[in-house]
Amino acid sequence: MLWQQLANGATMGMIYALITLGLTMVYGVLRILHISHAGIFAFGGYIAVAASRVSQNLALVVAAAMLGCGIMGVLMQKWLYRPLLAESKVVSLIASIGMFIFMEDLFRLMAGPYVLPLPVLAPLGLDRFETAHITGNQLVVLIASIALLIVAWFLINRTRLGLAWRATEQDFETASAFGINIDRAVASNFFLGSAVAGAAGVLVGFYYNSVYPTMGSVPAYKAMAIAVMGGLGNVWGTVIASLILGLVETFLVTSPLAFILPRDSIAFVALILVLLFRPHGLFGRR
Amino acid sequence: MYYATVAITVGIFMMLTMGLNIITGYTGQVSLGHAAFFGIGAYTSALLSVKAGVPFWFALPLAGLITAAIGAILGAISTRLHDDSLAITTIGINFVVVSVFQYTQFFGGALGIGGIRYPSVFGHTLTKPEYLLVVVLCILLGIWFDRRLVRSWLGLALRAVGQNEEAAQSLGVPSARFKIAAFAIGTAYAGVAGSLYAHFMTFINARDFGFPTSISIISMAVFGGLGTLRGAILGSLALGLAPEVFRPLVNYRNLMYGALLVLMMRFQPSGLIGDGSFIWESRQRVTLRLYKPKAVSGGEK
Repeated sequence: MLWQQLANGATMGMIYALITLGLTMVYGVLRILHISHAGIFAFGGYIAVAASRVSQNLALVVAAAMLGCGIMGVLMQKWLYRPLLAESKVVSLIASIGMFIFMEDLFRLMAGPYVLPLPVLAPLGLDRFETAHITGNQLVVLIASIALLIVAWFLINRTRLGLAWRATEQDFETASAFGINIDRAVASNFFLGSAVAGAAGVLVGFYYNSVYPTMGSVPAYKAMAIAVMGGLGNVWGTVIASLILGLVETFLVTSPLAFILPRDSIAFVALILVLLFRPHGLFGRR
Repeated sequence: MYYATVAITVGIFMMLTMGLNIITGYTGQVSLGHAAFFGIGAYTSALLSVKAGVPFWFALPLAGLITAAIGAILGAISTRLHDDSLAITTIGINFVVVSVFQYTQFFGGALGIGGIRYPSVFGHTLTKPEYLLVVVLCILLGIWFDRRLVRSWLGLALRAVGQNEEAAQSLGVPSARFKIAAFAIGTAYAGVAGSLYAHFMTFINARDFGFPTSISIISMAVFGGLGTLRGAILGSLALGLAPEVFRPLVNYRNLMYGALLVLMMRFQPSGLIGDGSFIWESRQRVTLRLYKPKAVSGGEK
């Protein structure tokens, strides 16, 4: 029982981490609250549904969704956010919320208001693997998300591209004085963040075998809470906060305390508690 | 009757938007949880009316005052948070307030509170057009107060904090105290709006005050032109009436709503008639041309 709960909680936590990673990366560079990130997450799910008609291989479907969502993210950054950077922050926030509402309704109109199944199979037959403690699907989600996080870690910390992102985070002007192409750095940052969100959309769709228009609604705001808890812009704080939240949610919901708090408000209660004592988040800098 | 119902609903949102404009527009504190205070006002008024038998005319100002007191507490918390964390924390406060209403027996739980009495004067229960008159009076009072506030030293301090907190502080403006004041005033508007809503609907449920309602309110403020009273009024009018006007296109309502927000922000970031928007600038230019001597002496901004 305990091990099952641990597996459930860790799986949720890793999914949260994937969704929040892009959000916090974008925040780190542009300082905007990118609510429509959750629209990109759902878009990933729909690309997967479309791609599953061609190939049932999860790895290929994830790759397709990552590519599609990455391009979508770059387009959004170029067309929507770049012209708004000089405006006050509430402008890009409302634009982002409007974009999210638009995307959700577009999914509903194009694919119908139904829950669609996502019939894909994991490579190597991993999803048929089964023990008393962990299901095959959980194992697939855990392995895939850990792999994605390691790749993201490598890109951020061990490549010139990651160095450019980190420099841009510090200061736009100084970074460009040192010869960094700011435009390209921001665009690639959006590409990676959105691609990872798309992968999360596929993995969630695969895990619950369902893709539906409003699948981004809850993650949209929960991911914001996680990003603040982990310290906005702090990638590793985010991953740890996601894991903690996934575990806390799973254990609280099955505990006798469950009737006090509905599952989806736990994140916000935790957020308020954290901010009362640590206004810059659990692992915030400054 | 149909027109009265629509007008009352739009009027209630106008109150909410004016309140949020004081917090977010003048003082620059982005709140994405304004509907929580709408709900606190509604529940306060409903409980006073149903459980304590307080008549509407007393419940209305009391709801405003109690909501303002709770809003001041949030204001005190907000002084510890920086802008983006504040915006997200207010989302959290909205979710938590809604779940408290939804999961506590005292607040009627998932069923909400019913049987709230429609207001009456000397035994005569108000009709809908008469109730609309009450709403309009509240709005006029709100506009009057807002005008006075903007011209007062308090309004000046709020705007100073909103424009540049550090600069204001270095000039000796205690920004924390003014943020708390802004939250108290802005949420008082929301409390009055909540009371008007509760007695109009006679039945309230926690779901009415959720996060989507907060989004509608801030969208109205930004759509019209954040930081201006005229923007708050026009924004709530435009976005409040849009669903009624576009009723034949009901299936595409959210799609158009989202697109409208995106396009407005993308091409008119200061809103429909905010300072610096196309319409307002053109109007200014026309005024300048008509009253040239005044403009030379530096009258208009």
